[in-house]
Amino acid sequence: MSDSTEKPPIIRFQGLEKAFGDLKVLQGIDIDIPEGQCVSIIGPSGSGKSTLLRVLMTLEEPTGGRVEVEGESLYTMKRNGEEVPASRAHISRIRRKICMVFQHFNLFPHMKVIRNVTEAPIHVLGLSKREARERAESYLEMVGLSDKLNAYPAQLSGGQKQRVAIARALAMRPKIMLFDEITSALDPELVGGVLDLLREIKESGDMTMLIVTHEMKFARDSSDRVLFFDEGVIREDSDPKRIFTNPEHDRTRQFLDTILSEQA
Amino acid sequence: MEWQWDWALVGHILPELARAFRVTIAATVFGFSLALVGGLLLTILRRSRWKIISWPAHFTVEFIRSTPLLVQLFFIYFVLPIQLPDFGGMFTSAFVTGVLALGLHYSSYTSEVYRAGIDGVPKGQWEAAAALNMSRGRTWTSVVLPQAIPPVLPALGNYLIAMFKDTPLLYAISVAEVLTAAYQIGSQRFQYVEAFTIVGALFLIVSLISAWLIRRMERWTALPAQ
Ligand SMILES: Nc1ncnc2c1ncn2[C@@H]1O[C@H](COP(=O)(O)OP(=O)(O)OP(=O)(O)O)[C@@H](O)[C@H]1O
Ligand SMILES: [Mg+2]
Repeated sequence: MSDSTEKPPIIRFQGLEKAFGDLKVLQGIDIDIPEGQCVSIIGPSGSGKSTLLRVLMTLEEPTGGRVEVEGESLYTMKRNGEEVPASRAHISRIRRKICMVFQHFNLFPHMKVIRNVTEAPIHVLGLSKREARERAESYLEMVGLSDKLNAYPAQLSGGQKQRVAIARALAMRPKIMLFDEITSALDPELVGGVLDLLREIKESGDMTMLIVTHEMKFARDSSDRVLFFDEGVIREDSDPKRIFTNPEHDRTRQFLDTILSEQA
Repeated sequence: MEWQWDWALVGHILPELARAFRVTIAATVFGFSLALVGGLLLTILRRSRWKIISWPAHFTVEFIRSTPLLVQLFFIYFVLPIQLPDFGGMFTSAFVTGVLALGLHYSSYTSEVYRAGIDGVPKGQWEAAAALNMSRGRTWTSVVLPQAIPPVLPALGNYLIAMFKDTPLLYAISVAEVLTAAYQIGSQRFQYVEAFTIVGALFLIVSLISAWLIRRMERWTALPAQ
């Protein structure tokens, strides 16, 4: 909050709204995220956490408000001094800075692990096959899967699949990474390893990370900032230590009491 | 007078029928290639977000499926050259007309097959491709089609065999395919049994072999188990 840099925030949501028919899922999100911050997003089921990430990834179109990435509007562009809906090329150029990892991995089942990781760098970033392969090998080594290059996703455990999905996203070298409950579909004994990997990614670069999670220990100990989502608004935007010891809102306290007693 | 199967006649007419059967095979191969490409094109157009593109594609499929192949054949052969004199030159060859009609007709069926295959690809696959910033084209070629097509190969194969068995309709526009040849041979000598029996046998053999090959192909292209 004390940032007073010249640079615009890497992500800015302004009055962001999203409705599915009559259901208002996001009801005016206003928030700035400075570059390099690691933000945990917590909140009850159905509060709009995934929707926020999906709007930023352009998987859902907002029904109101504004999204800016590095000062540029994502869904609109300037033409002859007027603000018009963004072209596909405009969206694609900005979207290139962002990558997302999903709860259910969404690996490409017909490709071997190595090709899952090289496909987009070759065809989207224009890397040569060799460069892409070297890059993929280094990220797969980082996630501890050097011995699985030629396996198919179906031959991996859930935790391994999620590591491949993380390597696949990292290989795009995005400035912003979105993680949507990436440990929720994993067996409990595999969760820790994937969370360690998130910490490692955080330490190893200046990537901006938005992490939707139910892992409260991770949110408290490993993120720079915690957003508490409730009924489509950000109820609390806080320092991780404070939100867990002394939340401002009763809703936050209730939510944390419930979930912490479950995870105790 | 007692009728007898004439082996000498069989030996005599077999080479001619075999030659005509090559035309049948060629019409099938070209016609089905057209149907494979045309059907895919129709499917992709039908999925367009713009109604001005999706609606005509939709209508084309419905129209083709609701009218008989023979009518379409006559329409392309007799009506289009008159209505569209500029394109008339293309349709002077009965064979080309036949291939076009078969290809177009079966495009509507393959289009439905592709659609089923594409609908079977989970939404998460499209989203993963978008999250990696793949273009629409790249998403189709790298992610969607390689998953959509293998499961529908049997259905496509069935339509290949169905089209093969529809090629005798080209007799109606005098394409020199195998039924036309058999009819000519028969009427020259008033001996139809041998010629038509051979035609039947040729269709049977090729259909059986194709069915077997298609089953083999399914096994080669099977996705790794989930
Ligand atoms: N495509 C859609 N069509 C209709 N409603 C949707 C759609 N996607 C999400 N919703 C609804 O929007 C609301 C918010 O969903 P969202 O997935 O953002 O919640 P969430 O905070 O991520 O919840 P969870 O913790 O369960 O993942 C839910 O009520 C959900 O049913
Ligand atoms: Mg969610």
